[in-house]
Amino acid sequence: MTVYDISALLYLVSAVLFIFSIRGLSSPETARQGNMLGIIGMAIAAGTTLFLVKDFLDPATLGLIAGGIVIGGGIGALLAQRAPMTAMPQMVGMFNALGGMASMLAGLAAFFAPAAFGLLNAEGLISPRSLVEMSLSVTIGAITFSGSVIAALKLNGSIPGKPILLPLRHILNLLIFLGLIGLTVALAMSDGAQSGGGMLLIWIACLALVAGITLVIPIGGADMPVVISMLNSYSGWAAAALGFTLSNFALIVVGAIVGASGAILSYIMCRAMNRSFISVIAGGFGASDGAAAAHGGGADDRPVKIGSADDAAFILKNSAKVIIVPGYGMAVAQAQHALKEMGDKLKAEGVEVLYAIHPVAGRMPGHMNVLLAEAQVPYDEIFEMDDINSQFKQADVAFVIGANDVTNPGAKDDPTSPIYGMPVLEVWNAGTVMFVKRSLASGYAGVQNELFFNDNTMMLLADAKKMAEDIVKAL
Amino acid sequence: MKSIYAFLVAAIVAMPAFAAEGSGGQVDPMIFRIAVFVLAAFVGYYVVWSVTPALHTPLMSVTNAISGVVVVGAIIAAAASALGDAGPEVAQKVWIAKWLGAASIGFAAVNIFGGFLVTNRMLGMYKKKERPAPKADD
Repeated sequence: MTVYDISALLYLVSAVLFIFSIRGLSSPETARQGNMLGIIGMAIAAGTTLFLVKDFLDPATLGLIAGGIVIGGGIGALLAQRAPMTAMPQMVGMFNALGGMASMLAGLAAFFAPAAFGLLNAEGLISPRSLVEMSLSVTIGAITFSGSVIAALKLNGSIPGKPILLPLRHILNLLIFLGLIGLTVALAMSDGAQSGGGMLLIWIACLALVAGITLVIPIGGADMPVVISMLNSYSGWAAAALGFTLSNFALIVVGAIVGASGAILSYIMCRAMNRSFISVIAGGFGASDGAAAAHGGGADDRPVKIGSADDAAFILKNSAKVIIVPGYGMAVAQAQHALKEMGDKLKAEGVEVLYAIHPVAGRMPGHMNVLLAEAQVPYDEIFEMDDINSQFKQADVAFVIGANDVTNPGAKDDPTSPIYGMPVLEVWNAGTVMFVKRSLASGYAGVQNELFFNDNTMMLLADAKKMAEDIVKAL
Repeated sequence: MKSIYAFLVAAIVAMPAFAAEGSGGQVDPMIFRIAVFVLAAFVGYYVVWSVTPALHTPLMSVTNAISGVVVVGAIIAAAASALGDAGPEVAQKVWIAKWLGAASIGFAAVNIFGGFLVTNRMLGMYKKKERPAPKADD
């Protein structure tokens, strides 16, 4: 066995550890242990690489490597400590961007120093196959980077979440795509030896950066959970492409797994919104309020029952079973702690309190669960949609806080509704439905919710946090 | 289900052995890379479906962290050197690669440290019911 064989086996060990790190997430009890295995895997992968290049570690090189790790690691550690849980979606978006960027830069570097990557053939040239692989890691990395930056900015509210529709965007995207293929073919035929090859690869990078922007900018804020999962997937494919260049098992395996992970999450999100992946990517959803306004138009003057915190507290206290349905509004208002306090008070009164979470509640997969976990709600009181839908019938109160579309009965029984067919939480089966909302406005999808006008619905119009606190006081 | 990916993991682990055994210079190593990639995608598929939806956010942050393994490529780039009789043009290109590598290490390090630490922080919040509450539903 040569040193290369041993290092290949070590990379394999780290790949297996990464698989176990994800496997650990099948239950909150094993998750932290899994995370630890992931860290060990990363240490093995990085350590093996450092060992392989040990003969080239002159002071300048060591400075570059240590500098990158210290600066990058320091920034990462700081972000990880400081970021509030409500900001997790944009944080993950930014991490996706950096992952894409790292793949892109490493792909470019492989072109400039092919000898170090062992990519030169007998004639001292880079093989066309390697050039295509480089182009792939640069292209996917660049699209991931710019697309994720746009997505993170949208999630952060730095740029409007509304879709920005460029004229002729489908044709534009097609042209960019064809351009990327053309440039890659040109690169593959260029031998990579001439400086012209370098320019081609830089052009590919620039064009792919533009593609990332034009791909994400027309997609509206409501579809961001899909986009962020999709870009997560891309960051994996970019790593896999780099793995092919390096013929490194750790990279190929990680890339394939991260790619699969993001793809599955996008699928789950799409299914939960009853939208096809293609229609999400095509963008424009929620662009105009025209259709929605026409749909719910004129309905707003129907009478609704508006309650106070005291009314709500009275009903809640006298219930046997309360199901709380949190949504993004709760996250925005930072109401999770007040909500948890309310739940505790109710439990002290002997009320059974459960939480119901729709897959697309929040701005990323699992976002609500993290926020409730932060507020120290035990995870065994929190249920997924399919597990709790049958229980609304036995519940006295469904307490909907900051959610709307995910409870809309129109999705079940109104074929003309834009969200018809989307799986929803059947809160209307509960004895009383309480909606904590700031106004009677329609939800993110721009669709009127017929539940507001039901006899057994009580609207609690206030900021989610303030209302939860007022109810706590009244209890 | 468990046995399926136990098998797949075993298949991937055993792959290089088969590669060494059967190749005899006949099969392009590229085929083995593709095989590893495809099988790993299957492993990923089954492992990710086994993740509980409550942990989908930590799943995304931990995949951010482990995709930081591109640091492997970045380190190789940063450690590139112009060997032997390379001319000044090659030396210049190598320095471009070294700086690109250093930047890549930096970005990957943000992902690795940030990703694992934030995942750990999140997972630390997931708590079970403290006291054995009266058995409720079902």
